[in-house]
Amino acid sequence: MGRTFAEKALGRAAGHPVSANEVVTVEPDFCMSHDNTGPISRTFNKIGVKKVWKPERIVVILDHGVPAPSSDHAVNHKEAREFMHNQRAPHFYDVASSGGVCHQKFCEEGFALPGQIVIGSDSHTCTYGAFGTFATGIGRTEMAAAWATGAIWFKVPESFRIDVTGRFNENVTAKDFILKVMGDVKSDGADYMSVEFHGDGISGMSIAERMTLCNLGIEMGAKNAVCEPDQRVLDFIKGREKSNDWEILWADSDAVYARELSYDLSSIVPGVAKPHTVDNYALVESERGVHIDQAFIGTCTNGRLEDLHAAAGILKGHKVAVRTIVIPASWEVYRAALHDGTLETLIDAGCIICNSGCGPCLGAHMGTLAPGETCISTANRNFKGRMGDKESFIYLASPLTVAASALKGEISDPREALKG
Amino acid sequence: MKIRGRVWKYGDDVNTDVIFAGKYTYTIKDRAEMAKYALEDLDPEFTRSAHAGDIIVAGKNWGCGSSREQAAICLKERGIGAIIARSFARIHYRNCLNEGLPIIISSEIQDLVKAGDEVEVDFDRGEIIVGDRTIKFPPYPEFVQGLVNDGGLIPHVKKALGLV
Repeated sequence: MGRTFAEKALGRAAGHPVSANEVVTVEPDFCMSHDNTGPISRTFNKIGVKKVWKPERIVVILDHGVPAPSSDHAVNHKEAREFMHNQRAPHFYDVASSGGVCHQKFCEEGFALPGQIVIGSDSHTCTYGAFGTFATGIGRTEMAAAWATGAIWFKVPESFRIDVTGRFNENVTAKDFILKVMGDVKSDGADYMSVEFHGDGISGMSIAERMTLCNLGIEMGAKNAVCEPDQRVLDFIKGREKSNDWEILWADSDAVYARELSYDLSSIVPGVAKPHTVDNYALVESERGVHIDQAFIGTCTNGRLEDLHAAAGILKGHKVAVRTIVIPASWEVYRAALHDGTLETLIDAGCIICNSGCGPCLGAHMGTLAPGETCISTANRNFKGRMGDKESFIYLASPLTVAASALKGEISDPREALKG
Repeated sequence: MKIRGRVWKYGDDVNTDVIFAGKYTYTIKDRAEMAKYALEDLDPEFTRSAHAGDIIVAGKNWGCGSSREQAAICLKERGIGAIIARSFARIHYRNCLNEGLPIIISSEIQDLVKAGDEVEVDFDRGEIIVGDRTIKFPPYPEFVQGLVNDGGLIPHVKKALGLV
């Protein structure tokens, strides 16, 4: 009987073959945390261990409130900075042009590597599956314990296979696809499972698109989500990789799955997630005309260069009708978009560009919502109150749909905007 | 261990943003303070009047969404005796156990209780008692039971490292 990706990756880390539902304890290859490093370090100190088990395996990237929007945020940053300094831990990404949204930065810096085990004190850590990494989110206390012991327990997950064939029609994106999957699978449909994306539909996707898919794994309850690592991944990590101890792993063709689904990308059309759940799927054409007050393009889901290019393609030569906030996912993305003129196109269209970080995604700053307001966003969550007031509304969509909607001040179909 | 408390009843897919809002995640650091905002965006009545020992009864996928641990801490600090749900989202499940907040998977109680009813939970016997009905719930997996017996992850780790 063949093995799934999760069985192979956790088996490699455990040092012996493992099967679904077995409990294993493994050593993580990297531990990622962000602004919550401050509170984690306080918990770590309570354990009574002086040094983390391996300082070179701790990665800290400040992004949730950067630059600090309040002195409370600033205290967290200060604690994180002091902790990394005291631990002589080299991988610290402070509030600087070397930073960005933690998940984007982690991948750009070559920490997301095939076959490795990554834990992160953020639920969207599953994004790194785009590189064939077994990556999963954990809580703060659990991260403090992992820093102290170099160990984390997992129940080897059952796996959920999603076969993807074909290619997108024009103006349809990976975000439209994953929102459709969310609508089908629902927010608990992959609870505790490892979601594997298979097929030529995935190998035809860019790294950025695969990151968008894996990013939403947690929204269906998954422990991790993963795409088969291929030449595109090898090309991306070449020269960036922060460890040599990685290995291309993938599921056997006769692996056993708890659940399977298949999709043809040519059947996908622009979609949205309506308030207040990510699985509240609807076609853009059925939501057309819904009034919006704000548009937001950015985040670890859709703030990469090709996302900004997609938005700029729609907005070029036009003016947005509502306040439109653009946040490149990292300063590497920011710089590239600056050099190729994308930012100027967006500014000419009336967008404002904020510094790289999570921005308003979790309601901290840079575009929070007033009662009764509606935002269309490229992010991954539209929970009640997520972006500010609990009486506000969030629609999730692709960068193309968000840009098309920004032009009209109402939810609009990008296929029509591009005709005009 | 036995607890007896009043039921707060909720539906499916209650996410961690409505249990503890993201806007507070970096501004409220005191554990007792976190308790004051528990479930603010879901049920202001809970926020106003939940008492120590009360029990949450929910549908499927309780605690989906963010990994924020405050969603477990705010309920623990509020004195919630147990959360009983049809299923739990996995990060929150781990966070609750790591905090030492008892969680129980059961699909029977939801149809038997309404908000405000009193229920009893006997953890040693694995039983929920609702009026004259007794519902059995399965024990934790062995590994998890060790964590629970030690009172949460930090005491468990300290013990493993010989620091207590």
